[in-house]
Amino acid sequence: MIEFTIDGVGVEGEEGSNVLPVALENGFEIPHLCYHDEVSPYGACRLCLVEVERGGRRRMTASCTYPVQEGIQVFTDTEKVRKARRMIIELLLARCPDRETLQELASQMGIEKPRFELREEECILCGLCERVCREVVGANAISFFSRGHKREMGPPFRDPKVCIACGACVYVCPVDCIKMEETKEERTIVRWERTLPMKKCKTCGQSFAPWFQLEYIKEKVKLPKDFLDVCPDCRG
Amino acid sequence: MTGCHGFCERGPLLVINPQKLFYQKVQVEDVPEVLSETIEKGNVIDRLLYVNPVTGEKIVHEDEVPFYKLQERIIFGKNGSIDPTSIEDYIAIGGYKALVKALFNMSPEEIIESVKRSGLRGRGGGGFPTGLKWESCRKAPGEPRYVICNADEGDPGAYMDRSLLEGNPHSVLEGMLIGAYAIGSNQGHVFVRKEYPLAVQNLRIALQQAEEYGLLGEGILGTGFDFSVRINRGGGAFVCGESSALMASLEGQPGEPRPKHIHTVISGLHDKPTNLNNVETWANVPVIIDKGDQWYAQLGTEGSKGTKIFSLVGKVNNTGLVEVPMGITLREIVYDIGGGIPGGKKFKAVQTGGPSGGCIPESLLDIPVDFDRLTEVGSMMGSGGMIVMDEGNCMVDVAKYFINFLRDESCGKCTSCREGTQRMYEILNDITEGKGKRGDVELLEELGWVVAEASLCALGGTAPNPVLSTIQYFRDEYEAHIEEKQCPAGVCKALIQYTIDSELCTACGRCRKACPSDAISGAKKVPHKIDQEKCVKCGMCVESCKFDAVKVQ
Repeated sequence: MIEFTIDGVGVEGEEGSNVLPVALENGFEIPHLCYHDEVSPYGACRLCLVEVERGGRRRMTASCTYPVQEGIQVFTDTEKVRKARRMIIELLLARCPDRETLQELASQMGIEKPRFELREEECILCGLCERVCREVVGANAISFFSRGHKREMGPPFRDPKVCIACGACVYVCPVDCIKMEETKEERTIVRWERTLPMKKCKTCGQSFAPWFQLEYIKEKVKLPKDFLDVCPDCRG
Repeated sequence: MTGCHGFCERGPLLVINPQKLFYQKVQVEDVPEVLSETIEKGNVIDRLLYVNPVTGEKIVHEDEVPFYKLQERIIFGKNGSIDPTSIEDYIAIGGYKALVKALFNMSPEEIIESVKRSGLRGRGGGGFPTGLKWESCRKAPGEPRYVICNADEGDPGAYMDRSLLEGNPHSVLEGMLIGAYAIGSNQGHVFVRKEYPLAVQNLRIALQQAEEYGLLGEGILGTGFDFSVRINRGGGAFVCGESSALMASLEGQPGEPRPKHIHTVISGLHDKPTNLNNVETWANVPVIIDKGDQWYAQLGTEGSKGTKIFSLVGKVNNTGLVEVPMGITLREIVYDIGGGIPGGKKFKAVQTGGPSGGCIPESLLDIPVDFDRLTEVGSMMGSGGMIVMDEGNCMVDVAKYFINFLRDESCGKCTSCREGTQRMYEILNDITEGKGKRGDVELLEELGWVVAEASLCALGGTAPNPVLSTIQYFRDEYEAHIEEKQCPAGVCKALIQYTIDSELCTACGRCRKACPSDAISGAKKVPHKIDQEKCVKCGMCVESCKFDAVKVQ
């Protein structure tokens, strides 16, 4: 185990782990949006900034991507850190003014109204949906487009044909901008404009998942052909 | 035909050796005369000589031209002596001598020590000590090791790496070979912009020739050292000049920087030890090995050794590529080499270090060119862009231009860089359109701090420099735009008005004909007038007027 301090308190982290999860496990509060413990860290939102002192040098860095090292001193709540986080949230709120997550974070930090012209975006470009789709689901149905201020998130080549409408992106989105709608007949991931017909259970007749998703799972996990003809409830 | 000689302002250039006879602005039609008069009869053609703009005297020889006199062209000067597509030419001027010395007389450790002693620092902008980087990579565990030449030169107005690759590709290759041998690498990559087709072509020829000569491939010069080089063309993203983004791009991933808490010398391309240096850095290596580190370390300042190639552009008489010893002052570069500002205008600022460099004012022109001094004054060495501005440049407009470039070229990953540069651009745009508010300058400063401090890579880390440095040194110009709604330099269209001075106007009608929006009225012998409602502020009238009668307010 690697020993270091956070705000003066001694903590331990496994070699190869990063500062943010260790801090969170130890009860330190560090705001974050683009981090999720099921996918690799990306360091995009920059909200989890901390100051790290190592070898006499102190610098601000994103804690989600900073590897734990013996003897480093991490400071999570300095004036510098607070000032930077406030501006990050102000920038994100100005981009997506109606996202509740951002409104709450902003009000916690004492921001009433962004000083910038408000835009009407919903997505903060944190990339969690892209990572969960690639790393966990393996469908690679979401990617980044363009760069700089023109950056966007969407299905590769703007065609959602490989999306299995599993909803992992819906679940993981920190600002709730990916919506899923479902009827007995079909499921839609609204943001990606992907609609897939639902499969009905052979036993109870209830629809339980999109056809395409079940086919994807069968192939991925090498299940018998008829394994997913019956819903999980009826399978017992 | 040789590569670029550097003196772009007077090109095409022709140098006749061994006399070093220097002809400038040579046209195809001049060639027969050059052959019959100069080559056959030995007569100098007066009309093709360079005229010293200060003294009016004609200059016959290349080394007497003031533009070249103060330069120390140890890297770039060879461009003028060789055909870049001929390895024989390169060998004839001592090429690959340093490689032979390195392979047969020096151990890898000795080479690294020598490069360390030379004081060479990375020419791509970071200024990291090259020898130390090599040493870390050599000692890093894991095989294979990679060496990379970063030729993704993307700064607007900068073309020194391109000119080196186009004009002397073997010097870069020789540097890479020596570096690879010292580091223990058998595989090299040159990551070069796809916008540089001639550089790619000449490098490709160089690689093929070096292989035919046994200088590349397996068992180089009969030793046990193997090395091969692949050319990879960049897809046109400025951010791919950042080392980790470049490596991601080489791997086929999106060109985005990644955190370098574990350095790329330990875990770089394909997670293997990787040593990346810029084109110019590689080209310095053969010189250090050949002439010795002691000789090299005599050039320059305490902390910055050797020479640096700058692309001197903008409002300066002698635009071109200049190679100067570190420690020379900016004033010497702008005035003595650059020949000062054209049209008798007043110098205002020089921006060093590319789009994310800072603008340095007149009062600091006597600082020496040195990695640390340039950083201290809010700019940087960068890869060597040097843009001169005169009183006709609006510093708010200049800041807007660069931040516009950077908001487009940010990869967009970090909130601070993506949203921050965009908002800085919006504020600057408002200011130039007369919509600036009190507090905007302070907000720009606050944003600039966050963009620099909170972003992952050096693009974000330096992006606010043009804004922060212009605020630091030219705050009054910002205030004039915001408080008085005036652009002192007469650049920002929303804040200026063109009028015609009836005393000076001769009613020649030139401006009336030039005006694209029919805003100018007048008749013969009647002084002309501009209808402000119709005027689109294109400035055509100013350019067309021979009597200086059109005024900008």
